[in-house]
Amino acid sequence: MEKIQENIVTADGIPLKISLARAQRRSKIVAFMMVFPLLVFIVIAFIGPIADMLLLSIDNSIVKKILPKSSEALQNWDEFSGELPGEAVFAAMVDEIKKAKAAKEHTKIGSRFNYESSGFSSLFRKAGRKVNKLKTPPFKEALIKSDKRWGEIYTWQVIKQNTSRYTEGYYLAALDFKRQFASGNIESLESKDSIYLKLFFRTIVLSSLITFLTFVIGFPLSYMLSTVSTRISNILIIFVLLPFWTSLLVRTTSWIALLQQEGVINDFLVLVGFINEEGRLAMIHNATGTVVAMTHILLPFMILPLFSVMKTIPKSYVRAAISLGAHPWKAFWKVYFPNTGAGIGAGSILVFILAIGYYITPALVGGSSGTFISNRIAYHISSSLNWGLGSAIGVILLGIVLLFFVFYDRIVGINNMKLG
Amino acid sequence: MNKLMRTMTAAAVMAMVGFVGQAMATELVVVSWGGAYTASQQNAYHAPYMKNNPGIKIINDDSAGSAVAKLRAMKEAGNTTWDLVDAVASDAMRLCDEGLVDVIDHDNALAPAPDGTSASNDFGNFIVSECFIPQIVYSTTFGYRKDKVSRPMSSICDVFDLKSFPGKRALEKKPINNLEWALICDGVAPSKVYDVLGTDAGVKQALAKLDTIKSKVVWWTSGSQTPQLLADGEVVVGSTYNGRLFKLIEVDKQPVSMLWDWQVFDLDGWVVPSGTKNKAAVMKYLKFATDTQRLADQAKWISYGPTRASSAPLVGNHDSLGIPMAPHMPTDPLNAKTTLLFNYEFWADNRDDLDSKFNAWLLK
Repeated sequence: MEKIQENIVTADGIPLKISLARAQRRSKIVAFMMVFPLLVFIVIAFIGPIADMLLLSIDNSIVKKILPKSSEALQNWDEFSGELPGEAVFAAMVDEIKKAKAAKEHTKIGSRFNYESSGFSSLFRKAGRKVNKLKTPPFKEALIKSDKRWGEIYTWQVIKQNTSRYTEGYYLAALDFKRQFASGNIESLESKDSIYLKLFFRTIVLSSLITFLTFVIGFPLSYMLSTVSTRISNILIIFVLLPFWTSLLVRTTSWIALLQQEGVINDFLVLVGFINEEGRLAMIHNATGTVVAMTHILLPFMILPLFSVMKTIPKSYVRAAISLGAHPWKAFWKVYFPNTGAGIGAGSILVFILAIGYYITPALVGGSSGTFISNRIAYHISSSLNWGLGSAIGVILLGIVLLFFVFYDRIVGINNMKLG
Repeated sequence: MNKLMRTMTAAAVMAMVGFVGQAMATELVVVSWGGAYTASQQNAYHAPYMKNNPGIKIINDDSAGSAVAKLRAMKEAGNTTWDLVDAVASDAMRLCDEGLVDVIDHDNALAPAPDGTSASNDFGNFIVSECFIPQIVYSTTFGYRKDKVSRPMSSICDVFDLKSFPGKRALEKKPINNLEWALICDGVAPSKVYDVLGTDAGVKQALAKLDTIKSKVVWWTSGSQTPQLLADGEVVVGSTYNGRLFKLIEVDKQPVSMLWDWQVFDLDGWVVPSGTKNKAAVMKYLKFATDTQRLADQAKWISYGPTRASSAPLVGNHDSLGIPMAPHMPTDPLNAKTTLLFNYEFWADNRDDLDSKFNAWLLK
């Protein structure tokens, strides 16, 4: 049988098997060519930046680049010996600061060390100003004379412990740990000094609360939308979408006007005598403000998938259940509700993932108790320029999102998600 | 058909001419802060310069708020699309440190004062970085609702006095300035503020003082928030940039007064991104835009003080309000009885550390 097949040839004398493989290969190439632009786009716009972020959060190549000889010379020095490094290290350092000064890089290396320990920024800036006066050895005493901090063992301990190509320093900072350079130990910050763990926790808690609230508000609304006539539901859908098309800043600012202490809601409550002038409620510039504004902003992301799922559930299901003797509540709970699962899942995961990365709204209405971890990322990327730390927090946040995604997949199953 | 062809050819030619005309004008992208500030630069610098130099077209970009990060990203991408950037002094220093902006030879690049004083002497101490061309002195200071206090506020410590001045306060969500004011009001001699702040105990002391008003503070992140909060009556007193308060008081006519005590001076000025494609045109523009008359002119539209000593006597009246601007300048002797100058070196060293401590304190 096989033998016969091998012998079959096409009109131009090529065995059928080869000809078929060629034709299939051609169609595979065509198929690949068609997805190629998308693939390139995803690699450039999505995978590339994420890989870059991962690298940035551990990259420490700047030290080896600007201080290659000093780093190497420091390896022969025992940082816990209680003695300063020798002349060779100082000579290499002076030489390399001179070179860095010429390339305008000495302050860059200062900023890098300053992330680990305060004071290095001015140490290197000052060294850059003075180092060209140091012409002849011995450099050790001369450099110490230019700034006594060069004569402190701690300075060199910090430098030596940050010479490797990669650093875990940013992740330590992002998880509220601190390296004690004097002993080389890693210690976790006391609870009163902790920032990032608290913010991660708060971000997750508030995002879950927001997701839950959008569900509580969105579910009855979607149910109503799916039961009224098409004409009315189309009008109502526009009311859902209209704010969705309005600028995020406008919506956030309107909440400020409504919720602030001299705002519309408080004025009304005072007017009707519900509260007195002194008892005006603080509903904004705190966590309440963030939750209220974000629930409103993210509501369409819950309603739309719910609506699209509910529309497809035949009304006859519930009628059948009732006619078979089920109490209307039981019919709803046992028959209708399980059918909406795909919509609830899609809406919840959409709202939760969007909420966890929000930063404009929390920055404007969150005060100090309603800001999110993303506000710290924004601060480090655009203001403090500590991109390493910003990336490390970003990678951890990405990890948390993926974790929730896997969790969701296990419980609900990602295939059951229906976006519309 | 013939007619159609002719019309199309004419349209094509016109499009070509338009295109060539556009290509001949040099476009300078100038990055600044937007709003009233960019408007003052447009009126005082850009408009007269473009009038005298028809070949130059100045395009305003309002993204100075994220300029440091964007310049770094542009440098890493190897494509600098900006020609001139307006930056606060501390950012100018950081940009200079990282080699993202060019070093300026102030005496050769800039015009001398009318009496012949060299540019570097005319600007004096305000040249805080070799890459920085100072433009204005602004201050971070307080405004208060005069209709909501029992007596006028006159001391910075009134901000910390909840008994005499109950109500909320707006402070910037940053350690900078707040820690200094807290220490001054906790009895630290103003000249010793940075020595004390350099120690752990000093930071604790400052935060403890801020603790006394923490529950009454609305934290702002953008300079426009405090004027709004004051106008709404949401806060009794709040810090922001003095130009914003000027507009609130004189243009918007809100019942707000200035509290100049221990205002913190800071500088704002130009930096030239390294790698700009129009370096020569930018330097020519800068020579004009930073001369004595131009710096004095800017004060017609905004209440920030010119950085040239020779410009101060030339400050006149507000362009539309017609009121004299000199009394609204942060540098006016009556306003500047007690001032701090932003300590650049201290904050370059301690910014990261104090920012962590401040944020940990906020979260408590």
